[in-house]
Order: sequence, then C-alpha cells, then structure tokens
Amino acid sequence: MNTQASQRRLLPGFGLTMGYTVFYLSLIVLVPLSALLLNSTGLTWAKFWDVATDPRVVASYRVSLTTAAAAAVANTGFGLLIAWVLVRYEFPGKRIFDAMIDLPFALPTAVAGVALTAIYSQHGWIGSLLEPLGIKIAFTTVGITIALMFIGIPFVVRTVQPVLQDLEADVEEAAATLGAGRWRTFRSVLLPYLIPPLLTGFALAFSRGIGEYGSVIFISGNMPMRTEIAPLLIMSKLEQYDYAGAVAVAIMLLLISFVLLLVINSLQKWMRRTSR
Amino acid sequence: MAGSVPMIGQTSPRNEKLTVPKRRWVKNVLIVAAVLVLIWLIVLPLAVVLTESLKKGWDVYIAALRDPDALSALKLTLLVAAITVPLNTIFGIAAAWAITKFKFRGRQLLITLIDLPFSISPVVAGLIYVLVFGSHGWLGPWLKEHDIHIIFALPGIVLATLFVTFPFVARELIPLMEDQGSQEEEAAVTLGARGWQVFWRVTLPNIKWGLLYGIVLCNARAMGEFGAVSVVSGHIRGETNTLPLHVEILYNEYQFSASFAVASLLLLLAVITLVLKSWFTRKSVH
Amino acid sequence: MSKLNQKFIVGLVFIMVTGMLAACGDKSGSDTASAGAAKEGAAAKEVELLNVSYDPTRELYEQYNKAFAAYWLKEKGQKVTIKQSHGGSGKQSRSVIDGLEADVVTLALGYDIDAIQHEGLINEGWQKKYEHNSSPYTSTIVFLVRKGNPKGIHDWNDLIKDGVEVITPNPKTSGGARWNYLAAWGYALQQNNNDEAKAQEFVKQLFAHVPVLDTGARGATTTFTERGIGDVLIAWENEALLSLKELGSDKFEVVYPSVSILAEPPVAVVDKVVDKRGTREVAEAYLKYLYSEEGQTIAAENYYRPTLESVKTKFANEFKDIKLFTIDELFGDWAQAQNKHFNDGGIFDQIYVPKG
Repeated sequence: MNTQASQRRLLPGFGLTMGYTVFYLSLIVLVPLSALLLNSTGLTWAKFWDVATDPRVVASYRVSLTTAAAAAVANTGFGLLIAWVLVRYEFPGKRIFDAMIDLPFALPTAVAGVALTAIYSQHGWIGSLLEPLGIKIAFTTVGITIALMFIGIPFVVRTVQPVLQDLEADVEEAAATLGAGRWRTFRSVLLPYLIPPLLTGFALAFSRGIGEYGSVIFISGNMPMRTEIAPLLIMSKLEQYDYAGAVAVAIMLLLISFVLLLVINSLQKWMRRTSR
Repeated sequence: MAGSVPMIGQTSPRNEKLTVPKRRWVKNVLIVAAVLVLIWLIVLPLAVVLTESLKKGWDVYIAALRDPDALSALKLTLLVAAITVPLNTIFGIAAAWAITKFKFRGRQLLITLIDLPFSISPVVAGLIYVLVFGSHGWLGPWLKEHDIHIIFALPGIVLATLFVTFPFVARELIPLMEDQGSQEEEAAVTLGARGWQVFWRVTLPNIKWGLLYGIVLCNARAMGEFGAVSVVSGHIRGETNTLPLHVEILYNEYQFSASFAVASLLLLLAVITLVLKSWFTRKSVH
Repeated sequence: MSKLNQKFIVGLVFIMVTGMLAACGDKSGSDTASAGAAKEGAAAKEVELLNVSYDPTRELYEQYNKAFAAYWLKEKGQKVTIKQSHGGSGKQSRSVIDGLEADVVTLALGYDIDAIQHEGLINEGWQKKYEHNSSPYTSTIVFLVRKGNPKGIHDWNDLIKDGVEVITPNPKTSGGARWNYLAAWGYALQQNNNDEAKAQEFVKQLFAHVPVLDTGARGATTTFTERGIGDVLIAWENEALLSLKELGSDKFEVVYPSVSILAEPPVAVVDKVVDKRGTREVAEAYLKYLYSEEGQTIAAENYYRPTLESVKTKFANEFKDIKLFTIDELFGDWAQAQNKHFNDGGIFDQIYVPKG
C-alpha cells in the first residue's frame, strides 16, 4: 500500500494521461459503441434472444470462434518462432523478412482473401497439390483458419519482438554460465518475460479473427451452418434492412469477445504476479 | 529485472558467441523453420498479388496506377493516414503511461476496452458511426440542419479509420513499458527531473522501438482498411474512394489485373514506411 | 547516446507534426472547395449530380454521363458534372437512407428503392413515374458454361442433374442473386402448374448443387471463371456477356434457358435531395434521357436490353429472344417476394436450416 501511494505521487502525469486516455477512448470507441447498444429500434428482449440464439446464428458463432482460436494458437507458436529468429540470429535476407511481417496489414483484406483463395482452391498452387490427396482447404474451416492466420500473424510477432529485443542477453548468459541447459534457460528465465506479450498477441490475433470479414468471405464458401461466419450474418441482415437483427448479432459478438479479452488480460496479470 | 537498460543492437552478436559451437544446429533449424513459415504464410499470398497484377503486362499495370481515380484515391488514403496515425500515437503514449506507471482499479478493464476495436468486425465499426451520424442517428438531424457532412465524407472515413487502428500504438507500448517498470523514471524524478523531462529523456528512448513498431503497424492498417471505411465512405468516385475501395471497384469491373496492381501500390506504400523505419533505426543506433 | 536519441525523437515529432499540418491544411482546402462548388450549383451556373448506382453499371454510366452532359449543354447551355457511386445494391440504398445525398438512384432491384421510399426520401409511386416500371433498360438471367458445354446444360432442369455444380451468389447478401433465385422458382412453377411445394423442392435441389455461396455477383463470377469451380454460373445476361468479352469467348459460352425472368433494374429521382439542392429539373431530365435513342444505344452497347423499339431492332442479334416472365406476374411485387423468400426464416433459409 505504502509503495503504491508513494509511486503515485512520485511519477507525474497521471491526471493528464488518464484523463486524455478516457476522453479519447470515449470519443472514438465508447460513445459510438453505446449507440450500438442503445439502438433499440424494434429490438425487444424477446427479439434479441430470438435472433441471438437462432441455430444458424449460433452455428456462425461456433465457426467464427473456433477458427479464430485455432488461428490465434497457431500464430502464437509461429509468431514466437519468427520473432525469436529475427531478434536473435543473423542470416541472409533477414531484413527483408523482417519488413514483410507488416504487409498483411497493408493489404486490403479482400485482396488477401482473393489471393488466398487463388492459392488454396482446387486448381490453385497449393490446392491442386492437395486435391489428389483428398484434402480440401478452400471453402472449409481450414481455409478460414489460414486466412485468419495471415491476418493475425503480425500481431504476435510485433508484440513479442520489442520485448525480446529489450531482454538482456546477460540474464541468459548468466544462466548458461551457471550450467543451465538451453531449454531450461528458455523456460525458466525467458518465458516469464515472454508470456505477457505472447498472451497479448494471442488476444489481439484472436479478437481480430472473430470480427474479420473481408478476407474470409472469399475463402469460406459461406455455406450456412458450416462455413458461414458471424460477421456475414450481420451483413445479410443489413441487406434486409433488419438493423435490429444486425445489431443483435453484433452485440452478442461484442460481448463474447469482450469477455474473452477480459479473461485473457486478467490471466496475463495473474501470470505476471505468480511468475515474479 | 525491470529496471534493465535496453541493449538493442548488442544482443544478437553476444548471443551468437554464446550459442557457438555445439548448438549451431538448433539455430539453423529454427531459422529454416521460421523462413519456411514466413514464405508459406506471407510471401506466397503476396506473390499471387504481384503475379496477378502483372498478368496483363506492365502497360496495364502502369495505366492502372496513372488513372485519375487511382491518384485521387491515393491522395485520400495518404491524407487519412496522416490524420489518424499521429492522433492514435499520442493516445497510445498517454494510455500506456497511465496504465503502466500507475496502479489503479479497473486497469484490466481499461486495457480490455482499448483492445475492443480489434475484436469488432469492421462492418460493425462502420455501422456504429452510421448509427451516430447517419440521417437516423443521434446527431443526424442536427447535422443535417447545419449542413455538416460527417459520414460519406472525409470526417467519417477518418473516424472509421481511427476506430480500427485505435489500439495499435497503445497495445504495442503497454507490454513493453510494463516489462521495463518505472524505476528509471522514479530515479530521474528523485534526482529532480520534471515530468516532461522524464518522459523525453528517460521513457521515450526506452520505448522507441515499440513505439516505432506501433506507428508502422497503425499506418499500414490505416492505409489498408477496407470494411469499416466502405460502410461510411459513400463510394463516390474520385472523391471518397480510398485505395482499398478503389481496388474493390476495379475488381468488380472485371479489371482483375488493374485491381491487383492498385493493391500492390498499397504494399509499396507499406514498404516505404518500413524503409523509413529502418532509416530511423540506423540513424539512432549509429 | 542521449544526443542521438534526441535526434531520433526530433525526427519523429517532425514527421508527426508535418503529417498533421498537411492533413489540416488539406482538409480546410478541400472543405472550402466543396462549399464553393455547392454554392455554384445553387446559382444554376454549373450543376453537379450524384448518381448512386450498383456495381456493374460503371461503364454504362461513364459513357452515358458524357452523352448526357453534352446533350444538356446543348439543350440548356448549362454545364453538368455527374459523380458516380457504385457498390452492392442494398448497401447503396442504405447509404442513401443514412444520408448519402444522391440526386438519382439507379439500382438492381425495386425493393432497394422501395426501402428509400419508406424513409420518405422518394415519393410514393416512383415506379410509375417513368415507362416500363421505371426501368429504362432490362436484363435477364442466363447460364455461363465452359466452352463446348461439356455437361450439356440447356435449361433449368439440367442444373439439378447428378454431378453438375452450380455457382450462384447468396441471395441474402446479393441483390442481383435474388433475380437468379426467382428465375429458378418461376421456371419450376411453370413446369409444375404453379405447385409451390414442387417449386420449393426444385430450388432446394438446385442449391444442393451449389458448392460455394459467394456474397456478391462478382465473387461468384471469379469463383467460376478464375478458380475453375463449378460447371455453370447463373448470372445476369449483361454480366455473362461482359465476362465473355473480358475473359475470353474461347473459354466460356452463354446458354439461354427456355424461360427466364425479366430483370428490371429501376431508376428514381430522390425527391427530398433534389428539392433541397434545387436539381430536380436536371435530375429528371437525366433519367428521362436514358429512354432516348442515344441513351438506349449506350445501354445496349453495355449489354443491357434496350426498351425502345427502334434500338431493340437494331440490336436484335445481340439479345436472344426468350420467354420472360416479370416479377409482378409471378410474385405480386418485390416486397412480397422478399418477405416470402429471402427474409430470415423465409423459404431460402429453410433450404439450409430445417424448419424448427
């Protein structure tokens, strides 16, 4: 308690930064979002519940959540690997590869969707190789997952990278000199530092995946109950001028991802406390 | 631990020494694996974009980029990025400072709220601004009376872009600053430094890499955003079409090559920001 | 170290500040420019129209806008510039409802204009304002097949043969695709003496042959032509003919079914907007001129079926004469069709979700 109080007094700027943060957050995010929550034109509880629990809508949540989770898990692993290699090792072409990480953000998602479909559909570069083996990627949930991996990989790499760069080699060196094996060094010395950014990257990639629309609709095939994602249902409700229905699905999606993010962020805090 | 001085630029060579000689194979395996993943996940789709854009030859490619509609879309995209990136950068620094340097209730909630725009479908991100500023929105009638255009004009596009790129800088800085702790700043304050001095002299040098990543990501996304902007833009050719929207329009006109050419222009813009970034990096290291 | 850091920081700040300054400068510049343009418009010296249209009409209107501008300058001595907005029909209609100030709308289906009318922006009876249900040009639904027609597809019932894969977009997200669906439904009704249960069975079987439901017409076309998926693409005639031109008639051919639907993409003046902006006269003339010889010729050149007899005969070779039914004959009107077939829980949904 004491240290906390003294810390608060010691460092300046709490009022200014906190005030600005809350103001800007409200202006750009919270007020418009509350418009979504309060836009109740024709939306009663009964209707909300009806829409939100419609089997087709529920199926779309399942598709969106499972593919986003799978992609985020894969990205966490791949992202750590890539970040590690880019920070720790020298190899030819490293700078180019490093620069490439950000490009998925710059590419309009629809272009990414078209390009990925071109690769994985049955006549595409990879799709045609897998077709004889009976493996289909485009127009299945696997295809959706790959699209979401493409969209999400920069999140993990770019959150892990600065922390890794910032970590002293000293710590590791010391551990190694003391005879700790490489794996043990990694696990007990590095991992505690890496878990918070990894979790952040995971959370970001995951939540981005839940909402992603542009890149997915091309590769998913959009078959109802099987590969139809939740954002698409929002679109199709808007297309019928059913704003209330669209808002209902959007709110459900929002609640799900909000709770998930909150859990992950709290988990991160808890890990931090136990690991140090 | 937390008060560590960053040793950027020195870590890798030292580490090299450390791993030599018996773990060289680990290093090689890891590098090969990472490169393969990168090729599979990122290079391949980008290669498709480039081959598609050049399918009909350079003439079509150049023509697509010199089209007046493409040029005005390019200008709009750069303008939008020029407005949104600085705003979100200032916010990101302020938010990260407040969150990592102080302990207060509802901290996790605040972080989660900052993350929220990532999880909101771009379609919905556009929709919420329509619900506020559209003819039937909260402010719609008032805006109409005063003949102020927010959606289907530049301000709407800027707002939607601000929303989707909102968390980038903050999210990049928070884990980094958390990791660094506040000892250095506290020491500086004890030695008599004032608030801004502490920030400029102590904090900023420590977070510059994260900040730079955040800005680059924010910028890339600001230029590439399609879904949310598409809802609020109105799609008026030569006026409210951004580059990603122009890509879509070309695609919808069967001009596949031209559309991929414009998409590759977006990639080029991203590459330019990356070159700027590495220029910065080199300047400040040497 | 600290000196260099300062350099770094100064550079960063410099870039940010110039960015913001450039942004603000440009913003105010363009604001005043547009305000100026609006004033000029009101003074009837020069006039600006915004035509909010759907996706595949860009070339049509690019050509037509030039023709109309020339005509209007000659007729009234007034310079008119027409701005274009293109997008999915339903989305465009929503944008107009939400405040996009369109002087005229030229969309894919009457339902989307009805929606604008419901908001009071367009007066009732818009569809009677111009000839032919306010549809200056029409189209129909045809099949695009691979060269040589390997699966022998000649009519609607060939689509549900074993081993035939059909590509059509999702009628729930694509306005254009609703015409595809209704054409199939109309065919089945006529085959089965208006037995609705049989028609429902037919469309159900048809969609069982659809491996991919793209969200828009162009996505479906790409799936069929570029990805090489499916044996037949159900498409608007104008899009099928256009893709033949753009993608090569050596790879695909168009098949006309025995009967199809008359697709009527309607046009309307947005009354509230033109009255506010004082552009009614020119906006009405703009739509009216679509019916002129010149307007009709431009439509026909862009693969839309003309409605003017003289132009029709001129392009008789381009557009095959097939039996066409209208939406009003078979479904009453768009609102009824929409309600029954495409709204949530409608017949289309029952194809995929068992009725609960």
